Amino acid sequence: MYAQQIKTGARRLKSLAEMEPQERAFQEHVDAGSKIEPKDWMPDGYRKTLIRQISQHAHSEIVGQLPEANWISRAPTLERKAILLAKVQDEAGHGLYLYCAAETLGISRDQMLEQLHNGQAKYSSIFNYPTLTWADVGMIGWLVDGAAIMNQVPLQRCSYGPYSRAMVRVCKEESFHQRQGYDSLIKLCRHGTAAQKEMAQDALNRWWWPALMMFGPPDGESVHSAQSMAWKIKQNTNDELRQKFVDQTVPQADYLGLEVPDPDLRWNDARGSYDFGEIDWEEFHRVLGGDGPCNRQRLEDRVRAWEDGAWFRDGLMAHANKKADQKSLGRADAA
Amino acid sequence: MMSEWPLWEIFIRGQHGGSHRHVGSLHAPDAEKAILNARDVYTRRNEGVSIWAVRAGDITASAPGDKGPLFEPSNSKVYRHPTFFDIPDDVGAM
Amino acid sequence: MDAPPHANRTHSNDALFAYTLRLGDNCLVLAQRLSAWVGHAPALEEDIAVANVALDMVGQAQLWLALAADLEGQGRNADDLAYGRDAGAFRNLLLVEQPNGDYAKTLMRQFLFDAWHHPMLVALAASSETRIAEIAAKAAKEAAYHLTRSRDLVVSLGDGTGESHDRMQAALATLWPYTGEMVLADPVDEALAVTGAAPDLATLAAIWSDAVGATLTEATLVRPADGYAQRGGKQGVHSEHLGYMLAEMQFVQRAYPGGTW
Repeated sequence: MYAQQIKTGARRLKSLAEMEPQERAFQEHVDAGSKIEPKDWMPDGYRKTLIRQISQHAHSEIVGQLPEANWISRAPTLERKAILLAKVQDEAGHGLYLYCAAETLGISRDQMLEQLHNGQAKYSSIFNYPTLTWADVGMIGWLVDGAAIMNQVPLQRCSYGPYSRAMVRVCKEESFHQRQGYDSLIKLCRHGTAAQKEMAQDALNRWWWPALMMFGPPDGESVHSAQSMAWKIKQNTNDELRQKFVDQTVPQADYLGLEVPDPDLRWNDARGSYDFGEIDWEEFHRVLGGDGPCNRQRLEDRVRAWEDGAWFRDGLMAHANKKADQKSLGRADAA
Repeated sequence: MMSEWPLWEIFIRGQHGGSHRHVGSLHAPDAEKAILNARDVYTRRNEGVSIWAVRAGDITASAPGDKGPLFEPSNSKVYRHPTFFDIPDDVGAM
Repeated sequence: MDAPPHANRTHSNDALFAYTLRLGDNCLVLAQRLSAWVGHAPALEEDIAVANVALDMVGQAQLWLALAADLEGQGRNADDLAYGRDAGAFRNLLLVEQPNGDYAKTLMRQFLFDAWHHPMLVALAASSETRIAEIAAKAAKEAAYHLTRSRDLVVSLGDGTGESHDRMQAALATLWPYTGEMVLADPVDEALAVTGAAPDLATLAAIWSDAVGATLTEATLVRPADGYAQRGGKQGVHSEHLGYMLAEMQFVQRAYPGGTW
């Protein structure tokens, strides 16, 4: 997902009986469905895991601006241009809400950006794929935002108050993102020319598998996943969400008249779900590890924006300091 | 590089009256720009008609450890709630 | 003109078409420039803010170009005008097509334009042409905010660090020759001013000059001397930059003719 493979620092799950009183009180609070707030006591692992998860989520929003921003200048109508601008702007907003939520845990935004820029922090693997045609923009809205929503809706109930509140805002704003993508694909596939439909099929061929990888590898016996679920900062397993996504998305592809690029995809009556083919996890790990088609380009873009913008941020801060000095001088004179 | 832009807490009063409500935070070099940034970040969907920006560092918060002494004593003041009092039906609405 | 005068169009419609095209093209070209910063701006808050300005400008372009298309009466719509014309048929000011450069240049271009655009729209809100007045009244509110923001940033960065000051001063020097065109009246401007459809540009020149002068002083920036004013955008003679911008902007429409988007 936007936060993939988050480590919790846990070796095994502790039972309530094994916990010190403070931690037990914390866990009981979480178990009761109550929220943890910034100044509340929390286990060190909880804090660190949240910082990792929320900052990775935020980085994904910020880096996630880039593949779609790549098409703002070439959006084929003025209305599509406006919609895409608004959508990519929303991603920046979501990154901002999330960075602020992480800041309540005692890390600054600049520190988090430093971790992104030096490669220490990760962001979602999906944004390391290129947007090659206009149809890719629709595909990102439909598949990538569709997958993201599936993960973000349950996160609104996550145990950490600031994260949960940020997700409420994000989900409210995201509701149009998937729809605008699908709407644009309806135009290409059902109202467009043969060449446009071909463009959409090509985009689906390239985005389908990376979209399924967004949910992360099967949780299996992962202690991190179990710990995150005990802390209620993760609500469903990766495979649960992936299955839900496939079940929801395949009929939508049918409506568009597009073929999902998976020869093993078929409806399973007994399960009431779609069976689907094996995901290439080697590709996932390679892309997450830095060797996707666009990793270097995406990071370079972000680093350049940050470095080229230093004079701007410093200039405004210097001016603000000058004004503050003048004000306090004025106050001293008056006294 | 200089110090990071300070953090501001943003409060917005919506279209239909009511009080200012905390909507989130942002970074800005000074108060004026905090207001402008808040307009761009937090009112993209026509959410507000008035913005307050407060330096995050200027907010004094109650300590979570004081939750008991601060808030629990009011639990027992049941007579502050209208349902505490039985008014005979004959009296009518009150 | 990009199209020969049509037999059943009045002269005044020609002038109105040309005029609304200018207003729309300014917005469209500037929106296209600004949107290149989305995802690349110097701070997250600024990224969101610049996208807002770009969005306002796309919206205004849609309104003006729809009106222009209607006045033209050739069955074209706003998108046809945006995506179907070559550079020579664009009527925007040279200022707005100037490349983004560093963020200082982008901001300075924005301020120099806003300081003209806002009073222009306020004046147009009182236009004798109702449809122009309606669009201008809506756009003027957006432009007022753009000006507040760009003015504030020019002052802060001019009076910020040595580097921010130098960058703003350099941007000002580069852009100054393109500011004169905004207030240089040609026959189209004059024809509309006579009927009260558009403001007298001489009046606007004074407003612009005062506002810019005061801001530059506050920003501790030196106002460049007025030399020759580069011109031609309003008549369709552009810089080399516009062709590349349109090649990119119009690429999808041209590669997939007859598509539905």
